[in-house]
Amino acid sequence: MQEKKPNVWKSVTLGVAVLLGVLVYAYGAEVTRVNLSELQSERRQESLVRVLRAIFRPDLIEYDQVLEPRVAPIYVPCPAGGLPGDMSVSQDGSHITVTPACGAPGDVVHVQGFNFAPNVEGPLRFVPGSDPENPVALGQLIANTDAQGNFSMDFTLPNRESEDVQYIRVTMRQNEGLPYFTQNARDTWDRIVETVFMALLATTIGTILAIPISFTAARNLMRPVRSPIASIALNILGWAAGIYLAYQLTLWIGDFTRSYVTVLPLALASAVLIPIIANLAIRWAIPVEDEVNPPLALRVTRGAVIFAVIVLGIYAFYALAGAMSSLGPQLAARFSGVAFLGNFLFRMGQILTLLVPTIAALLGGGALGGMLARIGQQATERLPNGAVKTMNLVLGGLVGAVIFGLLGSAAEWLYQIGNPVSTLWIPAAVGAAGGVLLALLTQPKDTLPVGTALYFVIRTILNALRSIEALVMAIVFVIAVGIGPFAGMMALALHTVVSLAKLYSEQVESIADGPMEAVQATGANRLQTIIYAVVPQIIPPYIAYTLYRWDINVRMSTIIGFVGGGGIGFLLQQNINLLNYRGASTQMVAIAIVVATLDYISSVVRERYT
Amino acid sequence: MLQIRNLTKVYDSGVVALDDVSFDIPDGQFLAVIGLSGSGKSTLLRCINRLIEPTSGQILWDGVDLVSLSPEEMRRMRRKIGMIFQHFNLVNRSRVLTNVLAGRLGYLNPAFSLINHFPKEDIQKAILQLERVGIADKANVRADELSGGQQQRVGIARALMQDPSILLADEPVASLDPVLAHSIMKYLELINQEDKVTVICSLHFLDLVHRYSDYVVALNQGKLVFEGGPKKINDAKFKEIYGKDAERVG
Repeated sequence: MQEKKPNVWKSVTLGVAVLLGVLVYAYGAEVTRVNLSELQSERRQESLVRVLRAIFRPDLIEYDQVLEPRVAPIYVPCPAGGLPGDMSVSQDGSHITVTPACGAPGDVVHVQGFNFAPNVEGPLRFVPGSDPENPVALGQLIANTDAQGNFSMDFTLPNRESEDVQYIRVTMRQNEGLPYFTQNARDTWDRIVETVFMALLATTIGTILAIPISFTAARNLMRPVRSPIASIALNILGWAAGIYLAYQLTLWIGDFTRSYVTVLPLALASAVLIPIIANLAIRWAIPVEDEVNPPLALRVTRGAVIFAVIVLGIYAFYALAGAMSSLGPQLAARFSGVAFLGNFLFRMGQILTLLVPTIAALLGGGALGGMLARIGQQATERLPNGAVKTMNLVLGGLVGAVIFGLLGSAAEWLYQIGNPVSTLWIPAAVGAAGGVLLALLTQPKDTLPVGTALYFVIRTILNALRSIEALVMAIVFVIAVGIGPFAGMMALALHTVVSLAKLYSEQVESIADGPMEAVQATGANRLQTIIYAVVPQIIPPYIAYTLYRWDINVRMSTIIGFVGGGGIGFLLQQNINLLNYRGASTQMVAIAIVVATLDYISSVVRERYT
Repeated sequence: MLQIRNLTKVYDSGVVALDDVSFDIPDGQFLAVIGLSGSGKSTLLRCINRLIEPTSGQILWDGVDLVSLSPEEMRRMRRKIGMIFQHFNLVNRSRVLTNVLAGRLGYLNPAFSLINHFPKEDIQKAILQLERVGIADKANVRADELSGGQQQRVGIARALMQDPSILLADEPVASLDPVLAHSIMKYLELINQEDKVTVICSLHFLDLVHRYSDYVVALNQGKLVFEGGPKKINDAKFKEIYGKDAERVG
């Protein structure tokens, strides 16, 4: 008996679980309105068959057709005075006969055709009115000639009574010449090319951005990153100041040199010469060997040289962009066959002009942030506890105020509250209090798990963005950059960044720790450890995921046109809306071919690189 | 002279891996660290180059306390402490030469690692080290194409690239068959005797301990239970180190 007790309990639990399962699926069937009888209704089946048949006959090729219309007179109903005498049809060449030549609506007459081309077909119609060429015609029959070029079939007269003569018409259609692609097929080709390249650009841009992000979203790389408060605070302040200063500096350089970069020889010369000078200067300023404590004067000189190189480099980028922008259209005008290359050059020049300040701002933020963080680290290590505590209090308060002040400004921008006290000063005060509190509660030389914090922030952002479908993002980008493939490409690129960053970071998390440990043990710093121990391990999965993502992007870009994002989806949707299923079928076939081909290519590449 | 003073390591899980361990290692010694699996041998070795942060205690190297160094100072100090591992810990997909050059990273400016640049002298030096361990012909082969013994020799070459004063060897032969074990141990012996590198080597087999080491420390559950010359390990000592039920093999 004692053993049976749990068994009863088990059975009851199982019973309840089964009941719950039934409930869940019953409700599921209710809300999804499962209705198979609808499928069996005749009307639905007819439509389905029609659509399926259309889909299996993609509108791909066509022939020029010769039409051979032949008519025979008929009276509906039979005239009271008998048929008029002159009812004969020319018996030469192809012709049709109708017997009898009159009848009441609903009567069946026999139609025969003679001397047509063998094995052709064409519609057999009743032509109302007295004009044999009337485009309006009734009936749905298709006449097929036999091997002799004859046909014979029954035709039910429609309810179109008239005292005048009316006609039965057959229009035999015959293919002529070689087949050629339909307009629909050619449009499909254009759009599928657009689709593939949209996916390619989106994947490329997405991959480039996702790689660095993936490292910051990998727990095993981020968890060991700990810094003292002063270092974190100075890092954040350095980033903010660096971004602002570098952006302003770059814009200033851009303005200052605007008139020079349009002079093509000068721009070209700068774009070629400056990298050479910069290379030499960098070789001098960045020593190959890791030096322990170089003299201060040397450090300052090196810093100045690097700064000069950066300023020159920004100018060189502007010069390059200017050269490309002015060279591109000239090339496009001269060599019209490869005009797209000239246009590409022009476009890259424009993009470079736009991107230089942004990239410079990010690099400036990184450089200044890193430099100040190191100063903070060293100050924390060298100064006595009391001084460190004071430094932590001041910097913690300052950085808290800056962060919350910026957040408040963002809220002000979004919601337009228009009250600086509540959007700027109060948040700043709260942030300052928080920073001071943090500095008070921690020991002066404690390190905080800043890596883990950053990991969680980035993970959260990635997950939030990833949950928004690319289709929805496309709607936003259509608003931002207008209808067309560019909007679709941007939406796909953004979605690629966030989803690849997550997939990549999971790969980073699953690498073998041994090589990292070994490289770290040689005295390599964090950057070197990542490059020599992490990167080689993640190359195969990164390639695999990138190809997989390209595959997804091609599939996504086929429907992104539904919301105006360009690509083949636009055509597909148009054809479906016009009930042109044969046209839609062509697009579906094109998508299937592209996706299957890509799948094959990516499997081959993956095999080679793992 | 490396002096371990009251070294204690308690993991976050509460496991006491090292419990107040103190001993001295004179320069040029070949020290064997023995003990059961989980007795704290690996933790001890990793505390010395601070791949694992000790909970308390000191590690004095010529009077400098490694435990109190800042991360950056410790990084520079690690350049002089080579390490080889039971599972070799090579980067499998990289070439042998790249794996060996990695031993030089601590001496280079990190900016150059971004473009995978090594000075010519370092490349020559790497080939020299590979010649020394007898696999110069494999320099351009992927590391995972080598056999276990060859991989461990790459590990040794990588450690030698650091010009180390101390070589930490964490069960260097435990994944190799006995014939290979001796060939690897002979390289360690050579490095110890020719280059005057202090070798701290954790080992499983007592015959290897007798054959190669000058001095032995034994750990049991994180405690130092024996230190002395290898000859002093008799059966009674053996039971003390490995527990009453242990039987000697090899």
